[in-house]
Amino acid sequence: MIFTILLCVIVALFLIFFGKKLKGSISYLLTLLPLSLFVYFTTFIGKIAQGEVPVQLFEWVPSMGIHLSFRMDGLALLFSLLITGIGTLVYLYTSYYLKGHTYLDRFYGYLSIFMGAMLGLVLSDSIMGLFIFWELTSISSFFLIGFNNHDKASRTSALQALAITGFGGLFLLGAAILFGFIGSTYSIQELIHSGIDFTESPYYVVLLVFIFIAAFTKSAQFPFHFWLPGAMKAPTPVSTYLHSATMVKAGIYLLLRFTPLLGNHEFWNTTLFTVGAITMLYAAFHTLFRTDLKGILAYSTISVLGILVFLIGIGTSTALHAALVFIVVHALYKAALFLITGILDHETGTRNVTKLSGLKSVMMPVAIAGLLAMLSNAGMLPSFGFVGKDLIYEATLQSSEAVLFTVFAVVTNILLLYAGYQVGIKPFIGTLPENFTSVHLPDKRLWMPPLLLGVLGMLFGLFPSILDNALFQPSLNELAPDSFVSPLKLWHGFTFVLLLSIVTIALGLLLVFVLQPSAVKELKLKKVDFLAPKTLIRGFANGFQKTASLWTNFFQNGYLRNYILTIILFLSFLIGYYLIHNVTFSLDFNSLLDLTIYEVSTLLIMVVAVFYAIFTKSRLAAVAAMGVVGYAICMIFVFYSAPDLAMTQFTIDTLTVILFVLVLYRLPKYLTLSDFKTRVRDGFIAVLFGSLITILSIEVLQVSHAGETKQFYAENSYVLAKGKNIVNVILVDFRGLDTMVEITVLVIAALGVFGLLKLRIRNK
Amino acid sequence: MEILLAVITGLLYGAGVYMILRRSLVKLIIGLILLGNGANILIFLVGRIVKGKPPIIPEDSSTILDTYADPVPQALILTAIVISFGLQAFAIVLIKRAYKVVKTDDLDQMNTTDEYA
Repeated sequence: MIFTILLCVIVALFLIFFGKKLKGSISYLLTLLPLSLFVYFTTFIGKIAQGEVPVQLFEWVPSMGIHLSFRMDGLALLFSLLITGIGTLVYLYTSYYLKGHTYLDRFYGYLSIFMGAMLGLVLSDSIMGLFIFWELTSISSFFLIGFNNHDKASRTSALQALAITGFGGLFLLGAAILFGFIGSTYSIQELIHSGIDFTESPYYVVLLVFIFIAAFTKSAQFPFHFWLPGAMKAPTPVSTYLHSATMVKAGIYLLLRFTPLLGNHEFWNTTLFTVGAITMLYAAFHTLFRTDLKGILAYSTISVLGILVFLIGIGTSTALHAALVFIVVHALYKAALFLITGILDHETGTRNVTKLSGLKSVMMPVAIAGLLAMLSNAGMLPSFGFVGKDLIYEATLQSSEAVLFTVFAVVTNILLLYAGYQVGIKPFIGTLPENFTSVHLPDKRLWMPPLLLGVLGMLFGLFPSILDNALFQPSLNELAPDSFVSPLKLWHGFTFVLLLSIVTIALGLLLVFVLQPSAVKELKLKKVDFLAPKTLIRGFANGFQKTASLWTNFFQNGYLRNYILTIILFLSFLIGYYLIHNVTFSLDFNSLLDLTIYEVSTLLIMVVAVFYAIFTKSRLAAVAAMGVVGYAICMIFVFYSAPDLAMTQFTIDTLTVILFVLVLYRLPKYLTLSDFKTRVRDGFIAVLFGSLITILSIEVLQVSHAGETKQFYAENSYVLAKGKNIVNVILVDFRGLDTMVEITVLVIAALGVFGLLKLRIRNK
Repeated sequence: MEILLAVITGLLYGAGVYMILRRSLVKLIIGLILLGNGANILIFLVGRIVKGKPPIIPEDSSTILDTYADPVPQALILTAIVISFGLQAFAIVLIKRAYKVVKTDDLDQMNTTDEYA
């Protein structure tokens, strides 16, 4: 199974090098990729129907239990066939639709990677693998949606789609880690058979939230739905592929896949059917206000996704059966409608439903495809859509809230019929406008795919048991083992469900005649845009960005002293907080008694010198004061038994002062650059920090001092290193290497100084 | 005496911080030197100070038996003094060069380095 995914990636890689050669008419040869994969997957049908489940496992990070494991069961097969089947038609369609496009090779490359990622997503048994392929679909769809990258709106929608689906992906990773944590495996099958009841787990709600956010963002559920209409900026083959069979169904797939683990719980069911119902009604209602064919299709797609989530929420085996059937129904008719939209756009240059009419006379095969797709969309006899809608009504009638849910389903289906009519029939009937008389039937590579889909929609309607036995029943077996659902049939006799179907169709047709799509209505709806989730989430994103840049500009403002100020204030806060809580402040004034006059006068000189260095107006005086401070420190070292330090300090201090004076006379006058207020503020901070350091050092002096290292050096200096000045012995013997590195540092500094002095900067 | 040295340390730290916060480059370096001195005294102080007992082994002995000052902080400070000299020397020369090019000592006017690439 892994080779199917690899093949897609290899083809994409191959396109990097040889893509330019494919530009011409032979680009349709690439259709062989999805076609051969489709044929390969059909060979599994027999095995799956007999209950076989082929698996494949490659160790990846065995120490963390992460594997690349693939598993072909009914559900995976159903999706694989959809992905490669619709993929074949999209590949073929694209070869003409984007003929001669400069970046055709790129397009096929993205498409192949996307297809590979989708296959990986549905075939993975490891949640980690699923997550990675999930992210890959987000990323590759970003490139597909933003394919017209010269268009700003296109780039914005691509980014929006990536942001929303990527946001969901993060939650999927969270869920994967939690599952691994609870069940100590990432394999979905092992989790199912581990005997752990996840609905009883204390993390159940967290898991639910994570999985739901992942699925809702991907499958465009309210309030994350708005990326989907935005994604209509993509070339039509992309919209076809992403929104009928692949990308947006990934969320549905995720929910179905996790039904055995997380389903059958009040939280699972209630959330799903609530969100699903809101989405399907909200989006279906929106289709009434659109005039762009792709806009209508986008909202009807969201509505269908809502129905699917709603059905998974109802959760009975009939509802799951209905969801599976409806996935295929929708893929067939929605792909056809998208492809037809693409043809209309390609041939007439407009997708505005109010402008299109009468095209039946010039492109008959397309009109037939439209009619067939519309029949399936409306759920009329004998289409596959009829079977699907029947099952939905059956599921709602059996549910806990039979009346309410059935009304929801009926209303949604009426509105969906309206949407299907606008795309599948409306452009073809009526009179042909003057400006469309030159429009002609396009290449068969454009009209064959939708026609084929339309015919399939009828065929599966007449013989629903073909798909039922091959795909739906084995899938259902995975989702709800030991459940029995009656096999699919087209005709159930005169039942209440049939009556509902008739009512739906009748009211739908009535709506079509009463309500005409118009630009005025679309404008009216725009007025309440400020309430739309899109506006709100965008506002949030903008606000987030603004806060982040405010925050960054506040701290990273480019002024050195502000960085230092921040660091010092933070440090003062930490030290201060610690001291307030832990200080046992006791001063021992006895030590002050044996002070000598030398010590006191040295310290006094030092204090004066420090203040002088700070406040003097003369640079030279400041440097001289620095020298005095240095010599005073030197004296302290002398008093307190550190002759080596005294010598070093004396030398270095002298050198520094000399260097300073040598350089200083070239520098400008000492100016008072900051105002009084700043100086007071800085003075306050300096006093605060200095006091904290004083208190801190007094605190440290209270703690007894072990002095083990002191002991070691005293005993071993002479014995081991033959030196009597211990400080010197430490520096040149015990820590000799450190000293060598220190010398290296000094050499580098000296080289730097030398370089700077010799540097000649050319004036430009 | 420890208390007085602690106060001196605080003074050096405070003065150093105050000078670092100034806009003048020369003051910045003076601040750095003051901070460095403060740090040295701090290490010296918390390593405990002893009067008149340098860590030197007497002529006629192979080890010290009497009380003596801790040699470890002294070794540390010695290293610190020397290294900070390297830093100061480099910084002072750098200021000189920077002033030659930018004609200012004001840090705020040195924000855009790109012009002098």
